[in-house]
Amino acid sequence: MLLLERRPVDSSLMRWASPVLALVLTVITGFVLFLAMGKDPVEGLTFFFITPISDLIGLAELGLKMAPLLLCAAGLTVCYRAKLWNIGAEGHFLMGALGASAVAVQLVDASGVWVLPVVLVAGVLAGMLWAAIAAGLKTHLHCNEILTTIMLNYIALNLLLYAVHGPLKDPYGFGFPQSVMFGESALLPDLIPGTRLHLGLAFGLLAAVSVWVLFARSFIGFQLNVIGQDHRAAAFAGFGARRLTWFAFLVGGATAGLAGASEVTGPIGQLVPQVSPGYGYTAIIVVFLGRMHALGIIAASALLALTFIGGEMLQIAMNMPKAVTGLFQGLLLFYLLTCDAFIHYRIRLRAPVRKPTRVAAPAATQEA
Amino acid sequence: MELLTNILAAMVVAGTPLLLVALGELICERSGVLNLGQEGMMLMGAVAGFVVALTTGSLAVAVFAAVFAGIGMALLFAFMAVTLAANQYAAGLVLTIFGTGLSAFVGAGFVGESINGFERVAIPLLSDIPVIGRVLFHQDPLVYFSLVAFVGIWLFLHHSRGGLLLRAVGEDPEAANANGLKVLVVRYLAVAFGGGMAGLAGAYLSLAYTPMWTENMTAGRGWIALALVVFATWRPERVLIGAWLFGAASILHLVLQGLGWRASTELLAMLPYVVTILMLVLLSWNPARTRLNTPLSLGQPYRPGR
Amino acid sequence: MAVSAQRLKLQGIVKDYPGCRANDGVDLTVGAGEIHALLGENGAGKSTLMKIIYGVVQPDAGRIVWNGHPVTVDSPARAREMGIGMVFQHFSLFETLTVAENIALGLPADEARDRRKLDQRIREVSGRYGMALDPRRYVSTLSVGERQRVEIVRCLIQESTLLILDEPTSVLTPQEVTALFATLRQLSSEGCSILFISHKLEEVRSLCHNATVLRQGKVSGGCRPGEVSAVDIARLMVGDDTPISTQVSAAQAGDVLLGVRNLGCKRRDPFGTSLTDVSFELRQGEIVGIAGVAGNGQDELLKALSGEIRPDRGSMDLDSMRMNALSPAQRRKLGVAVVPEERLGRGAVPGMSLAQNALLTASGQDLVDRGIIRFGRVRAFSREVIRRFGVRCTGEDSTAASLSGGNLQKYIIGREALQNPRLLVASHPTWGVDVGSAVAIHEALVKLRDEGASILLISEDLDELFQLCSRIGALCEGRLSPLACTAELSIEQLGEWMAGGFDSGEASHAAA
Repeated sequence: MLLLERRPVDSSLMRWASPVLALVLTVITGFVLFLAMGKDPVEGLTFFFITPISDLIGLAELGLKMAPLLLCAAGLTVCYRAKLWNIGAEGHFLMGALGASAVAVQLVDASGVWVLPVVLVAGVLAGMLWAAIAAGLKTHLHCNEILTTIMLNYIALNLLLYAVHGPLKDPYGFGFPQSVMFGESALLPDLIPGTRLHLGLAFGLLAAVSVWVLFARSFIGFQLNVIGQDHRAAAFAGFGARRLTWFAFLVGGATAGLAGASEVTGPIGQLVPQVSPGYGYTAIIVVFLGRMHALGIIAASALLALTFIGGEMLQIAMNMPKAVTGLFQGLLLFYLLTCDAFIHYRIRLRAPVRKPTRVAAPAATQEA
Repeated sequence: MELLTNILAAMVVAGTPLLLVALGELICERSGVLNLGQEGMMLMGAVAGFVVALTTGSLAVAVFAAVFAGIGMALLFAFMAVTLAANQYAAGLVLTIFGTGLSAFVGAGFVGESINGFERVAIPLLSDIPVIGRVLFHQDPLVYFSLVAFVGIWLFLHHSRGGLLLRAVGEDPEAANANGLKVLVVRYLAVAFGGGMAGLAGAYLSLAYTPMWTENMTAGRGWIALALVVFATWRPERVLIGAWLFGAASILHLVLQGLGWRASTELLAMLPYVVTILMLVLLSWNPARTRLNTPLSLGQPYRPGR
Repeated sequence: MAVSAQRLKLQGIVKDYPGCRANDGVDLTVGAGEIHALLGENGAGKSTLMKIIYGVVQPDAGRIVWNGHPVTVDSPARAREMGIGMVFQHFSLFETLTVAENIALGLPADEARDRRKLDQRIREVSGRYGMALDPRRYVSTLSVGERQRVEIVRCLIQESTLLILDEPTSVLTPQEVTALFATLRQLSSEGCSILFISHKLEEVRSLCHNATVLRQGKVSGGCRPGEVSAVDIARLMVGDDTPISTQVSAAQAGDVLLGVRNLGCKRRDPFGTSLTDVSFELRQGEIVGIAGVAGNGQDELLKALSGEIRPDRGSMDLDSMRMNALSPAQRRKLGVAVVPEERLGRGAVPGMSLAQNALLTASGQDLVDRGIIRFGRVRAFSREVIRRFGVRCTGEDSTAASLSGGNLQKYIIGREALQNPRLLVASHPTWGVDVGSAVAIHEALVKLRDEGASILLISEDLDELFQLCSRIGALCEGRLSPLACTAELSIEQLGEWMAGGFDSGEASHAAA
């Protein structure tokens, strides 16, 4: 019978191999899935993973989807390293979009270099404000952050819906729930002309690098690590849990808010209800897949961005439901967690029944 | 009086899915395992129940399918969280994300279809009692099941040996193991039970509450249930009250509209979530009190030392 | 001993764990009605052997013979069926259940069903051996001594013929120890065998008929404890080349450094202890000891002094500077160092390297510059600690979890000592530590004292306290007894204080 046995030392091979293995298993499962649905599996996998990035436009689209994921994941990494389970990136994202839009709508006719930064800062502040609610609930009222941030996500969504149906609704929009298109000055410039790839990706990379520096060099990063690994040691060392909780949450809110603001001032150009296909939640997978490390989350956000556009491609080319994206993302995370276990354990074959064993040493048959 | 009765009846109906999933999670958490995957399990139950009802025409078979779907998802979680002793939060999130994705995938072809859902069944004699009769004894079969489940769980926890074992494992798995209790088995059973109840709750949504299927139709009820279990300090009677209070909060906007109040649907739809936060605040602001009631080993992976 | 009178016989028991052989061909024989001691240092293999006897763990080789028949003990349930009862050092009781419910868990379902009959049996058995218990009480409300009684009564109800006690006296006052021994002698005279695991040599000598000594997984010898000296037994435990005790010179106390007056601290969690009216003074160049059974406010006192908790009443003055509102970091700057009871998981982060763990408390030693960590300086600091305190490890990059208890404790003490503290508060510094490291730690403490530091030593180990401290007091239920000069203090008096036999008012007027 198979037994899971704890390794004396964690396997560093598995630590690197596990995300790769998880990807492989996901691909295999996808293969089986396509077969089961009566579709050509090779074609399906190609459309999902390869076709979307086979030309420059495709790569630009990848970068486009990467930007919000990377930004959100960078902020979440700061929280998760400290074991602050902030599930609220989606809500911060939405509030960032809402905040930026509220300001952009006022500045539609304004022009000047200052317009865009103001709009983006509005988004960042909105995200930070939303994160501050959860932080305050945790530090002063001891509320579990998982539940509060999720509730705040739902509330943020409803606030956004309220805004596009009401105060921010375009009076000339034929009744559709959307805001006016933003003025030229409030739009993010493109990174690669001719594509939709905008400055947002640069923000994302900058955020990832900042997180790397934070944890590799700074004392605050060290304190966050200690709080995450051993909160009693952190208390003993006098690392202020409250102060650090606020720091982590505000960083998370700022990055996700910036992501939301970038999305509405970038590819969309206005506020619409479907501003997020679940970036905030997918970012959580990015953090785990990327091992809470800057380089890792860059690679992981690229992979998960691919699942978004791959899913769109499958929808168009092979008439599959849009939900295939969510399915692949879920599979990835499931396999990752399972493979991660093999960092700590290995499989052993063991005889099921223990019989009384023979005496090891030459028997001392004389009784005392 | 008529209005009050109708409101109370609607409250019970709206609260039933919450009650079912929260009771299931209560048992799961009492064994020391925190399962964040309620949404995923509920959605799988909802889609399984709906699809089976649509294809077989039998509501009873559909309910079984939903329960099995929930248990299946829960066993995936149990494998990760109990056998592999992985981070329980991450494992629960896997279930949520995977369940949401899988259910949307499976149900994609069935959006827009409709079935004849569960009908209300009046219990003879009892349903003639004024007010209470209509509220408690003139409901559909799943509501009755939720009440039976409540009583059963209440008896189980404090008046049975099984309940004693469950509480012991939840408080201290090491000590339980030293006492010869099979910690892993108890936890697997508790998690599976939670999954079955979640699947059932999902089925209630797609087979009785609004007999149809849409993506994400649980709208966060799974998360609210988690908060509810904490708020109820892991006691079934408080879960019952809380679930019905929620039911009241979620139908409040209908009541207000009925009374002629005009308010934005979106703002009113926020109400259950705001109430949940308030609930959490009420419970959590005094950490000493929370600690006294929490199953001590909640959320800690248990690695048997062999 | 005639074969038929043997209750338990272990032959050639071997158990391997990755990286070490915990038991290496161990033989052990316990007769009917015999009180047998199992001695050895921490890490000698006593716990593993015990777990094997109780069925928690399976041996890799060897034989277990029970009442003349070879058996396999494959689970605790099987051990209980056979008649082996275990009283754990860290009790395996459930606090949120009653005494009766706890005992019921260990009984087969049909026996546990009749609650009233079980209650009656509990009252009967506990009364018969002088350990009266109320079956309806919740375990969370019981004292440590009472909880131990529950563990013992549980074994007796299961009709154990072999009782295994793992370090039973570490949590008892001297008076409670006397009562326990009376019970054990009564049981022994009725034919119950007792396996007594301990490292307290004087107790073993007064209670046990025979002893087996383990060292590094092997049996290093056996003896009749009543007929040999403690030093002889200690030699069997540690071998010939390790120093067994420190020679401590007398202290030269200087001016008062720390003044604590009427300190009051409401407990922060329901299972904690509130401090009431604690007052004492610490002079430079002296070591003061605080005895007491765990759970009587020691941790709260430590946290109040370290800055982890803010007291509700009273004052703490370091050299006439009021400390109450100062954070741990600020206190460290003033020269306050703390060594907590838990080394892994509070004193050091298990998964981090020794160098990183230095940053926990020593960051103020110029190791951080404007928020950026100077890694070169951190590593140099760690290397210095490792060198000066003889920490055995593969370097400053080895993780804290990879060190043995003794070496990690040396590192932690060294980390604090190297910061030249004026005040050091150490809680149970040699608990679970091998003798060699314990001696090194004692020497380090005495050296600090001689350099003028004040040391507050909180410990359950009365031998340690009497050896190192110039004054000793006791904490009981959050109240501090008077502090008396070690030379004039008897163990009985200290034992009374540990059980609460003092008037708080005396403490503030106690002569230094």
